[in-house]
Amino acid sequence: METLQVRIWRGTEEGGFQDFEVPRQESQTVLDVVTYVQRKCDPTLAYRFACRVGVCGSCAMTVNGVSRWTCRTHVDKVAEDNRVEIAPLRNLPVIKDLVTDMREFFDKWAKARGRFTGSATRKEAFAKVSPESKERKRIEAGIECIGCGVCYSACDVVTWNKDYLGPAALNRAWTLINDVRDTARTERLAAVAGDAGCHACHTHLNCTERCPKSLSPTAGIAGLKRAVLAATLSGEI
Amino acid sequence: MKNDFRSRNHPAYWAFLVHRFSGLLLALFLPLHFWALGQALHGAAALDGFLRWTEHPLVKMAETGLVLLLAAHLAGGLRLLALEFLEWREWQKSLLAAAAGASLVAALAFMLNLA
Amino acid sequence: MSRRSEVLLWGAQRVSAMVLALCVAVHLLTMIYAVRSGLSAAEILGRTQGNVGWLLFYTVFVLAVAVHAPIGLRTIIGETTNARGRGVDMLVAVIGIALAAWGMRAVIGVFGGGAA
Repeated sequence: METLQVRIWRGTEEGGFQDFEVPRQESQTVLDVVTYVQRKCDPTLAYRFACRVGVCGSCAMTVNGVSRWTCRTHVDKVAEDNRVEIAPLRNLPVIKDLVTDMREFFDKWAKARGRFTGSATRKEAFAKVSPESKERKRIEAGIECIGCGVCYSACDVVTWNKDYLGPAALNRAWTLINDVRDTARTERLAAVAGDAGCHACHTHLNCTERCPKSLSPTAGIAGLKRAVLAATLSGEI
Repeated sequence: MKNDFRSRNHPAYWAFLVHRFSGLLLALFLPLHFWALGQALHGAAALDGFLRWTEHPLVKMAETGLVLLLAAHLAGGLRLLALEFLEWREWQKSLLAAAAGASLVAALAFMLNLA
Repeated sequence: MSRRSEVLLWGAQRVSAMVLALCVAVHLLTMIYAVRSGLSAAEILGRTQGNVGWLLFYTVFVLAVAVHAPIGLRTIIGETTNARGRGVDMLVAVIGIALAAWGMRAVIGVFGGGAA
């Protein structure tokens, strides 16, 4: 039976890697590895997971420096020389070991006005939106985000600019800008404008590379840049 | 915790590095460029005096390097303008390859003419 | 800086980029052509001296650079150091003015140059 040499981050931002040996199994995922360590080697290891089948996004961590879902990462694909390094998501405060504090991620989501504001009541008929419309297609391309934080972790602009709202918040804002039922377009465009908003994106495409749902926040952010410029020049914001 | 080179190892990020690095170096070079050409104010002879430096092979190499930086920054910049101002399409990823190729061609043409 | 100003700064960066795309393309082609016969004052000045076309071209070029470079530097400074705000804005504005002044000196130099 082969043995995997695993380094896992322990502590908070201050801490260090601890080494473990984990028996290799067929079709083993990195989440399986972390679970084995917590159950058989060190019960004090802190980590998050829920569905373990690639639906919820809770198990997001960095594996060999790359942000990803650990339940969807096969050890065979990432282990070099039987070694794997597991650390928490980047750009977020570390609560303990592999668990990060997601509050700033969701606070920025709110700052970007990433919530729907409607005007219809239950008495009105359903809004009719064609799936073929240009706006709906743009929404379809970005709506599947489940807020896992992988893109936020992968983004270097988030690291270099503390106020930057980040790819997920901006991507959600983009889907709402294109929602013809939404009534807060002007406020939302103002919320995502400026040095802390869409204009800080340098098209690194780290978010697009890493998104486990194959979304492209960069595409939405480019759309926001155009929408905000138009609104600024017209005096709307 | 911060990201390191392992998460930056993909073409779009290299494009960003080239673009930022070339922009910075060009910005630092400009004062020298303006000063050199401004020598013409003191007459053609003054300008020629400076241009004599450009005969040196190392300077010729530096000039080719600068042309490469300028061509790369232009090509990368056009790619960014396309990504930001045109509706997002899949083929835009190939813009990167096109930009890289075009800047190399420009630099090569310069170098061949310089020799 | 107000949000509106930040957006306009970004806009100015992109517009100057579009202007520079044309200027740089012309500049690269000119250099590749010019360098064939070797670099000399006579060669350069023979083209630019008294030529209003080149004067206008290089003026636009210099002014576009004086807008484009400082905004880029502002971003790099903001992201690689902790410096932000008024101080940095003033610094890059000064750099822009210096580039414009130094550049126009060169443009006028090659337009009128030769008469020592």
